[in-house]
Amino acid sequence: MTAVGTGTRHPVPGRLGHLDVLESEAVHIIREVAGEFERPVILFSGGKDSVVMLHLALKAFAPASLPFPLLHVDTGHNFPEVIGYRDRVVARHGLRLYVASVQRYVDEGRLRERPDGTRNPLQTLPLLETITRNRFDAVFGGGRRDEEKARAKERVFSLRDEFGGWDPRRQRPELWQLYNGRHAPGEHMRVFPLSNWTELDVWQYIARESIELPEIYFAHDREVFLRSGMWLAPGEWGDAKDGEPVERRRVRYRTVGDMSCTGAVLSEADTVEAVITEITASRLTERGATRADDRMSEAAMEDRKREGYF
Amino acid sequence: MAALDHPRRPLSPTGRPPFPAAGHPPHSTAALMMRGIFQEVRARLSAPPRNRAQEGQTDSMSHATQDRAAPAPETDLLRWATAGSVDDGKSTLVGRLLHDSKSVLADQLEAVARASSGEGPDLALLTDGLRAEREQGITIDVAHRYFATPRRRFILADTPGHVQYTRNMVTGASTAELAVILVDARKGVVEQTRRHATVAALLRVPHVVLAVNKMDLVDYAEPVFASVAEEFTGLTAALGIPEVTAIPISALAGDNVVEPSAHMDWYVGPTVLEHLETVPVGDDAVAWEPTRFPVQHVIRSGDARLYAGQLAGGVLRVGDRVTVLPSGRTTTVVGIEVLGVPADAARAPQSLALRLADDLDVARGDLVVPAGAPPEVSRDVTAAVCHLHERPLRAGDRVLLKHTTRTVPAVIRRIPGGRRLDLNDIGEVTLRAAERLAFDRYEDNRRTGSFILIDPADGTTLTAGMVCGTPPPFVPTPHEGERDALG
Ligand SMILES: Nc1nc2c(ncn2[C@@H]2O[C@H](COP(=O)(O)OP(=O)(O)OP(=O)(O)O)[C@@H](O)[C@H]2O)c(=O)[nH]1
Ligand SMILES: [Mg+2]
Repeated sequence: MTAVGTGTRHPVPGRLGHLDVLESEAVHIIREVAGEFERPVILFSGGKDSVVMLHLALKAFAPASLPFPLLHVDTGHNFPEVIGYRDRVVARHGLRLYVASVQRYVDEGRLRERPDGTRNPLQTLPLLETITRNRFDAVFGGGRRDEEKARAKERVFSLRDEFGGWDPRRQRPELWQLYNGRHAPGEHMRVFPLSNWTELDVWQYIARESIELPEIYFAHDREVFLRSGMWLAPGEWGDAKDGEPVERRRVRYRTVGDMSCTGAVLSEADTVEAVITEITASRLTERGATRADDRMSEAAMEDRKREGYF
Repeated sequence: MAALDHPRRPLSPTGRPPFPAAGHPPHSTAALMMRGIFQEVRARLSAPPRNRAQEGQTDSMSHATQDRAAPAPETDLLRWATAGSVDDGKSTLVGRLLHDSKSVLADQLEAVARASSGEGPDLALLTDGLRAEREQGITIDVAHRYFATPRRRFILADTPGHVQYTRNMVTGASTAELAVILVDARKGVVEQTRRHATVAALLRVPHVVLAVNKMDLVDYAEPVFASVAEEFTGLTAALGIPEVTAIPISALAGDNVVEPSAHMDWYVGPTVLEHLETVPVGDDAVAWEPTRFPVQHVIRSGDARLYAGQLAGGVLRVGDRVTVLPSGRTTTVVGIEVLGVPADAARAPQSLALRLADDLDVARGDLVVPAGAPPEVSRDVTAAVCHLHERPLRAGDRVLLKHTTRTVPAVIRRIPGGRRLDLNDIGEVTLRAAERLAFDRYEDNRRTGSFILIDPADGTTLTAGMVCGTPPPFVPTPHEGERDALG
């Protein structure tokens, strides 16, 4: 049946493509949070997923401004280009940014540096304490189910207990688009608007919307060295050891995380289109190609999530 | 990478045959029986079957190194789910489908091979990602997987078969446009098959596929397939599922999953993937339902107010006369903004923001509908429900009801037969909400016809509800349990 109405018969847009469907679904999720929570916050790392999530959130409330602040968990070992990008975005949109600093926890002796130098697992405590201190009740994450097999099991609205923990056996059923935002005091909800997006979807959306990204996502020359099969860049976090020659290579990053455990991929892809071509042909997943933290054990991500990780 | 490929059988032959030109006719019971009659004739007419093993030998590694075929920049999207009893092979089918459609990347396959105990990679581990699942060898919670072919993108929910986790199956199937229900060829239709078929019917999953699996264990014998298919279509007909496509497969060996089987030349229908690629996607149907726009959020911009939400059915145009429910006031759409961009018209399932002519009191939870095509507006609702929690549901229980974007207190008035509903029970309830709700029957609109019940004490999701309508006026019966909880 056609719509009833006396209005002029404007032509109806054609069938929606998958990016429109994913965009519309993500915006619906973001607006549900605005409707059901008091103090939401968006986790923003400057990585492509959080950049797309912020873009969707800005669109969801246009022409009004974004009703949520951002939160960045700063490991102290971030890529300087990404911090620069973060600050530009915050300034451009007049956003409020909270920073949870791993460095401060280390300096104050509340977190101990790990022997392998990676600070990824150290992010959980500052994250949880910042959530508690600011009484954030909904925390948006850019996680995608496609990324990892434990994430593949997670709900869009994922309840966390007062310790921030995720219990995969006690997840609420989640039916249709009816997200249940109820939670007890002290609990909070992690919300994943990009749950159903793939890496390729994210890049195609970035291309379609002409979204600016930190430059390290595109091919550039950089000093790198090979460690356990990964191209790492020296920085404040640490340097090459003996037997790890530093070379200048043309690389780009497929994911953006802590410098100590995020590897670069050798690449000539210096435009969004070239990146799309490259990942379409790639035989490795983004995490498989670039993340040391996921290589630690078969259930590394599940374990971190149980402890309250993103 | 070659070292990863040490399967018991060649995982996939090369030289994918061209797709059949069009969709395939539905496999009704009658059609299935006819197939037996024509089988002999067809066997004589058709070319000799491809020798799968031989082809596999020539280049059995190539699949893992071939590039994925790039999906078109914008394609349509099919959401589908697996279903069926525990161990009937759902996760293996999914793994096989991902693998043979080249959607598994080298590091994923490597991880699965490492975690497998047998000689070859256990493809079920591609979706059974939780520690507990791997330890027990069963699926516990829904896994979502994403893959694409040049024709279409797929969002797949691999659901658990174990009765204890039926609620997770319901989660996976609620948004599915297609369900593949697996049956072990040796066991036939079992209780859990019936339960899942019932859930699929209740959720009105538009397309149902029967995959008769483990055909390798019954010598690929047609009569086994035909008898399972007949029993199953008898069941689905009784449940009101209009059409079932039945496919004989071996998820383990790959027969009729992506490539046609070399062992079942008596079967001429589509493989599972071919069917997934060609089944009509329901987007158009959704778009042409009566227009429904639940208001999610009010955006204030200067003096103007915009009503944000996602179209849950139909189309909206600037100039349309609309009624805001439950208040019932009528006004005109003077502007539509699709995520910040002005538009003359929009269609489901677009997210958008509306400007209305009059300064009405419109809030989150209201429903905007075309003037003249209103849904039911009532505090009393009768619904088919699936109970999802260990805590039983009883007449008299006070709950929260979330329907579209509105959450209101409600009380369970009646459960026919005076039964209580226990975990995984399917039944009917009559309830009364604290405020009037504007709803459709679930069969008319999955979004405005569905709700969940929430425990007000701890926020737990208790029950999934599918609206049947408003209850008939209550007539007390002598039966003790039929008493109205309100009267
Ligand atoms: N011979 C044979 N075995 C199969 C086939 N498909 C699956 N299996 C085996 O059946 C067992 C169960 O398979 P799964 O895929 O885990 O079953 P499931 O339906 O996902 O089970 P739940 O998710 O726990 O309900 C495994 O040992 C598989 O290897 C098949 O086509 N032929
Ligand atoms: Mg399974």
